[in-house]
Amino acid sequence: MPETAMDSVARATPPRVARRIRGLSDRMIAWIFVAPTIFLLLAINIFPLIWTIRLSFTNFRANRPNAETAWVGLRNYERILSDPDIWQTMQATAHFLFWTLFFQVLIGFALAWLINAKFRGSNFWTTIIVLPMMLSPAVVGNFWTFLYQPQIGLFNYVVAFFSGADPTGFTMIGEVALAPWAIVIVDTWMWTPFVMLICLAGLRSIPESIYEAAECDRASKWRQFWTITVPMVLPFLMLAVLFRGIENFKMFDLVVQLTGGGPGSTTELTSINLKREAFEKWRTGYASAYAVILFVTVFGLASIYVKALNKVKER
Amino acid sequence: MRAFISGILRLRRGPWEMLASVLIAIGVVMLMQPYALWAFSWSFIVTLTGTVMFLIVSHFPE
Repeated sequence: MPETAMDSVARATPPRVARRIRGLSDRMIAWIFVAPTIFLLLAINIFPLIWTIRLSFTNFRANRPNAETAWVGLRNYERILSDPDIWQTMQATAHFLFWTLFFQVLIGFALAWLINAKFRGSNFWTTIIVLPMMLSPAVVGNFWTFLYQPQIGLFNYVVAFFSGADPTGFTMIGEVALAPWAIVIVDTWMWTPFVMLICLAGLRSIPESIYEAAECDRASKWRQFWTITVPMVLPFLMLAVLFRGIENFKMFDLVVQLTGGGPGSTTELTSINLKREAFEKWRTGYASAYAVILFVTVFGLASIYVKALNKVKER
Repeated sequence: MRAFISGILRLRRGPWEMLASVLIAIGVVMLMQPYALWAFSWSFIVTLTGTVMFLIVSHFPE
């Protein structure tokens, strides 16, 4: 009988170690295997979180590590939650969040509906549609900056072709009124395929027999859409909305590459503002409180997300 | 509605999780709305209450 890897490992184990391991219970061996992961999790995730919460109650500044740190209680939280500039930043985030979700759900569902119709070359088109999602946000941000250039960018010429406007007459990322829409367009372009894939999974999970039964009852296509398709795809759609909502709430890289938060602070989303507070103004304690507020919000949304995910799994 | 209230009174997970989710959603809306600064100021408390409540009630029986 040929010797297996297990046999050679068993033979190579010193007798003293082998005796010790033989005395361990299955539970203990399981713990030995899991312990490094738990240790890493504690060191990388839990400890920084607890440390951030602690810092949020102080006036610590990371650029002055030797300065005396004072305990300020809830003052950082009070200042953040009564600051009109941060409120403004939240509104910029809300604008970005609402419109990206709106367009991504609308276009994503429509694309999924089309792809689900199974026409010739649908697999090829699915691959083409999914391509933007596979790109790095930094790359997308960079090349859309070129597309938005008023002199050489393609975007202005496409808009001019359809609207008759002067292509050099507007700057998408340089105007206060247009910049928020510029980031919405890019995020929608990049992440609509993701929503489409989730909707497609939902549409393909609907049994054909339900539509056949509806046909027998002479239900119109419109009626079938509203009473079969929409309710059955809704949990999937909700999942997509929550997932994209959480991701866009934390959006940083794409917007930094595109507008850097400008013009002024028109597109300064919360994560960009937080980075400025922490690493440009070096108000570490204040930024920690800000991060805790964002963390609690994302954690709350993630709890709803997990609940929705379990509901989808139950189906 | 009666089932919901009964679930709340009997400390059942479903309705309590629903209540916590609603609180979280209200907190997020308060955080991002453009109308009242006081709502923004209180949003964190509401979201935190909802999140902590969610963590606790997810251990309630079905």
